[in-house]
Amino acid sequence: MIDALNRMFKPSNRSLVRELVVSDFKLRYQKSVLGYLWSLLRPLMMFGILYVVFTHIIKIGKGVPYYPAYLLLGLVLWTFFVEATVAGMNSITARGDMIRKVNVPKYVIVVSTTLSALVNFLLNMVVVFVFMLLGDVPFRPTILLAPIFIGELVVLSLAISFLLAALYVKFRDFSHIWDVVLQVLFYAVPIIYPLTIVPAKIVKWVSINPLTQIFQDVRSLMITAETLTTKEVFHSQIGRLLPMGIVVLIVILASWYFRRSSRNFAEEL
Amino acid sequence: MDPTVVKIEHLYKDFKLPHERKNSLKERVLHVGRKSSYEMLHALKDIDLEIKKGEFFGIVGRNGSGKSTLLKILGGIYQPTKGRVTINGTLTPFIELGIGFNPELTGRENVYLNGAILGLTRKEIVKKYQEIVDFAELERFMDQKLKNYSSGMQVRLAFSIAIQAHNDILLIDEVLAVGDTSFQRKCYQVFKEIKQSGKTVVFVTHDMGAVQAYCDRAMMIQDSEIVAIGQPRTIAQTYERANSSLAAQSSGEKLERPKDPDIRIESIKLLNGTKESKQFSVAEDITAEVKIKVKSPQEVQINAFVLKADGTYLGGINSTKHLKQFTPSKGEHTLRCTFKAGQLIRGDYNLGVGIYTPGYVPDIIDVIDRGYSRDLPRFSIIDASLYQDGQFYIAGSWTELN
Repeated sequence: MIDALNRMFKPSNRSLVRELVVSDFKLRYQKSVLGYLWSLLRPLMMFGILYVVFTHIIKIGKGVPYYPAYLLLGLVLWTFFVEATVAGMNSITARGDMIRKVNVPKYVIVVSTTLSALVNFLLNMVVVFVFMLLGDVPFRPTILLAPIFIGELVVLSLAISFLLAALYVKFRDFSHIWDVVLQVLFYAVPIIYPLTIVPAKIVKWVSINPLTQIFQDVRSLMITAETLTTKEVFHSQIGRLLPMGIVVLIVILASWYFRRSSRNFAEEL
Repeated sequence: MDPTVVKIEHLYKDFKLPHERKNSLKERVLHVGRKSSYEMLHALKDIDLEIKKGEFFGIVGRNGSGKSTLLKILGGIYQPTKGRVTINGTLTPFIELGIGFNPELTGRENVYLNGAILGLTRKEIVKKYQEIVDFAELERFMDQKLKNYSSGMQVRLAFSIAIQAHNDILLIDEVLAVGDTSFQRKCYQVFKEIKQSGKTVVFVTHDMGAVQAYCDRAMMIQDSEIVAIGQPRTIAQTYERANSSLAAQSSGEKLERPKDPDIRIESIKLLNGTKESKQFSVAEDITAEVKIKVKSPQEVQINAFVLKADGTYLGGINSTKHLKQFTPSKGEHTLRCTFKAGQLIRGDYNLGVGIYTPGYVPDIIDVIDRGYSRDLPRFSIIDASLYQDGQFYIAGSWTELN
């Protein structure tokens, strides 16, 4: 374990992660006039549409304090999750040429895609802060705790990326499967609607989802303490441990499966 | 005794080649329980090998013989099916140059990316950056996108980065087949320096000249198995012999010396002056003494010809001009053919002899040639000038006016 960690943070591996992230960032917005502004515009445009729909047509957002910032934060967190897992799933296959010719540590490739998504996420967070200022969201020191749960989201996204990347090498179906799963998750997680309107019968099922727990905890720390969190749904800390336990299980499963199958990537690609 | 740096014990590698790739879940699900049909390809069988520190070790073999698979297993890219591979030290695979090169990035950016893929840290690349650019001779182009480079420039850049990955063991897979002649020469110079610095090199190639020039030891793989390990010269011979007989088989026509020809070549001897020799210096004459036995007399032409070690036909000396309407009588005859050794450049050669019917489209009466026979005499040209290259020596001179 210590050995694995040592290897993971070996200078040459860190350099490789860095170069992969940097070149990915440079390549992503080549030949586009607005460049990386696009990574800000995409969630913003989606936000615009959803905001109009959910405050003027279906008045779901009415009761939520600071709904614009609340909605945007949810969307930015969601965008990170989608970007990280989709890019992560494709990462090994996309670098097939490299894997077939040189013995690079495979996990580095997956980690670099998650970090690329994280760079975008941090840029998007700037916009979230702007909206928080414009929306007069009061500053509370709890915001400093938000990185803990953002960290949880990164770990979850990374683990899912490892799992999907390895599965995708064997079964190309997973790109379609994951598309559908993401569609379902978008509505199964309280991104656009507040958790409070979920019927009591299923609210526990919605809350046990690690994404729900993370999104609601981050919102509760950053936007308003009125946010209903998983902990409150279950009326105890144990409630929060359930989704965190799921994250741990996914991490264990993913690292076991990725390690086992990464040895044969070169032959299967 | 130098320590062993690469040790391979009873290595086997099999590839499952599915008849129909089941790359989708549906196919998996629909075919559950049904035995998936695949062919087992035994790419390597029972390979045992030890390479010592500082050795320049050559691996030769035809396409598909398993040599690249072996290199990939050494490089940690493939996992062995059975057996063990132990490597002491760090290792750079040169299986392909310019891995991860992206045409949309500049030369500079590609240096950093490719260097990182080869296991260099950013600090190391920064330190060696200038050296890389100088070696590649691409100073002016570093801030241009790689897609604007010619393929030769890309190779130069890739090679220059690769040689900076200073590890204890280098695996080289015929990367030298690319680039122009002068850059190739520069590459070989680098390999010599690498060798002198005590590093171990494992070199996969088809070029028997390179094997003999650079390797300390070599091995030949054929049909997934080691068929010979030893002196580069011996291995090169084995390879060529195997190759020529295979070429003969695959060309469809069966090359066979006529069984009971009207005139038979009994023997060929190479003489230096009057005594038999296998080595000639450039100043000497090479004499081929050919004994023939005539059963039924007829007019013939005889050709003695020189083949390069790789089988290239360099040229022959035809008897028509010297022995007009040569019609040997029944019985044994001895003929001599003499030519100047200085026309050839340093290296190894074969001499063949053929007896043909007269005319421009002759029939073979008897022949000792590659593919027909294994009794071709070999000889080498020694101590020729260093400043020779190409196929043969072109006699000529330079003078300085004024």
